[in-house]
Amino acid sequence: MSVVLGGFFWFLAVVAVAAGIAVFRVDSMARATYALALSFVSVGVMLLLFNLEYIGVITILMMVMEMAIMAVFMIMFMGMNPALMPMSMVHSKRSSMILAGGGFVVLAGGALLVPWPARRGGPAADLTQSLGEAIMGSKMLVMLTVSPVLFATLVAALVLASPRGRYDRFGDDLRISPPRGPEQKDGRS
Amino acid sequence: MPDGVVQVGLLGPVVAAVLLGCVAFFAAALDGVFVARMGRRSVRSGVASPVWEVARLLRQRRRSVVAADSLLWRVGVSGLLVVALLKAVVVPLGSWVVADLSVGVVWFNAMDVMVWALVWMAGWGANSAFSLVGGYRFLGQALLYELPLMFALTAPVVAAGSLRVGDVVTAQEGLWFVVWMPVAFLVFCAGVIAFSVWGPFSPALGRDIGGGVLVELSGVDRLLLLAGRYALLSAGAGFAVALFLGGGSGPFAPPWVWTLVKTLAVLFVFVGVRRMFAVLRPDRLVEAAWVVVLPAVLLQVLFVSLVVVGR
Amino acid sequence: MTLDAVLVASAALFCVGLYGALSQQVVVMVMMGLELMLNGVILAVAGLWWFLAPAPDGQVLLLVVIAAMTVEMAMGFAVATLLHRSRESDMTDTATDLSG
Repeated sequence: MSVVLGGFFWFLAVVAVAAGIAVFRVDSMARATYALALSFVSVGVMLLLFNLEYIGVITILMMVMEMAIMAVFMIMFMGMNPALMPMSMVHSKRSSMILAGGGFVVLAGGALLVPWPARRGGPAADLTQSLGEAIMGSKMLVMLTVSPVLFATLVAALVLASPRGRYDRFGDDLRISPPRGPEQKDGRS
Repeated sequence: MPDGVVQVGLLGPVVAAVLLGCVAFFAAALDGVFVARMGRRSVRSGVASPVWEVARLLRQRRRSVVAADSLLWRVGVSGLLVVALLKAVVVPLGSWVVADLSVGVVWFNAMDVMVWALVWMAGWGANSAFSLVGGYRFLGQALLYELPLMFALTAPVVAAGSLRVGDVVTAQEGLWFVVWMPVAFLVFCAGVIAFSVWGPFSPALGRDIGGGVLVELSGVDRLLLLAGRYALLSAGAGFAVALFLGGGSGPFAPPWVWTLVKTLAVLFVFVGVRRMFAVLRPDRLVEAAWVVVLPAVLLQVLFVSLVVVGR
Repeated sequence: MTLDAVLVASAALFCVGLYGALSQQVVVMVMMGLELMLNGVILAVAGLWWFLAPAPDGQVLLLVVIAAMTVEMAMGFAVATLLHRSRESDMTDTATDLSG
């Protein structure tokens, strides 16, 4: 059983890394985005191997959602049709390659050489429930911090990204109904 | 069902796939009947219409498009059926289920997020403007239905105190959840119709853009996408029965019969919705979804939580 | 499946992401590199948690990493949109005046 699990783990690891490399190798923005999604899905399935069912499925859910939206931004911001022409939009490729390679040697070497301590304790019977109790009990402060950060991000991102506020939509005294649609560049609405 | 649900053996996935196919065929035949009745043709021709359509599409030649992204296109087109099957895996039939995952409800949710990617890929891959417009329309629609759908899924989970579908079914023994969480039920049903790109939520396949995602699809590709749509609708109906309509509970008949009967009844309404409502534009609907529906579902979840705390 | 294997896999993911984040010119591609690095972090955290101390509350750290990812995405898209609107460009090299 453990041999099968080990083989499955290595398969997933190879898929995750290969998909990660593909992100920066393929020519199509859409394929790059979904290669990243594939990498995330394999990591999500790996989490399932550690019995982290809730976190694993949530990772898959969130990342597929993010990548579906990311694909839209990718295609929107590339000022050409990336599906049709090969592209290479990189700078300082050599030094990045050296840094990344050196980083891998250090990290992997550390992972292999450090004498890891023996396992302490065992997992709870129902990990999802224990996670919920941790969030609502001893680790509540963490979540209390994360939620205002997320809210602030939401507001800040909207403020940065939206070209118009409510006075543009509803008029100077906020009475226009229905609200004005987004204006085009040439002034049409 | 006092003991919740039991998992079936290796034959389970095969039976589930066949059953999902049959239920999806029922939905297609029903839609055929509705069309036939409107055209004053016989009911029999309506029932047979999906059969003829399948035969026609299987014989039709596959259209190929210049510079198509075939990999993403094929994945998107065939993926809907796979996702529907993966959803059906956690839907209990009476007291049997293929896999009673401890996070079954989240699993269902994760699978319906897959539909976002798949429909968009099917629209993108064809390298056709209208097809891509359809894909973008679906993403726009996804942004408006997904959050209410997630919170609608939360309500029965909170009431049952478990993410396991079997526990949710067991928790409804006294009273079906639809009775005291009707808002969540309605929003869930709307969500199912939306992720199946069906009826009022099908602008991604709109006639105004020549069929949207379907515009370049022919032959077996078109068959896969249309069948995937019916399969998603069927899996969603089955899940609605498990979450809100008491699963297999009912008098005089074994649980699996009741599950099937309820699923087909829900499916009847889903298919009929297509004939009752016009197609809704996502950009018009988004304000209503975020300003009205989302707070309504949140209030529903609050109500359920208060009941659970007070119990 | 050992801790070493998990950590090597996560190091590989992290470094592929590092390469992308350093070398790509397009803001959205840089974000994909950052995402890939965080992907490696998720895997490493999960591996360390499972093989060293599977205490109940260690999972909270994973939730924090996922939340950090969401924040990164949202702010990245917002800044990219703003850059694109104000300068008609989304290359990091044209935005060097924003540094420091």
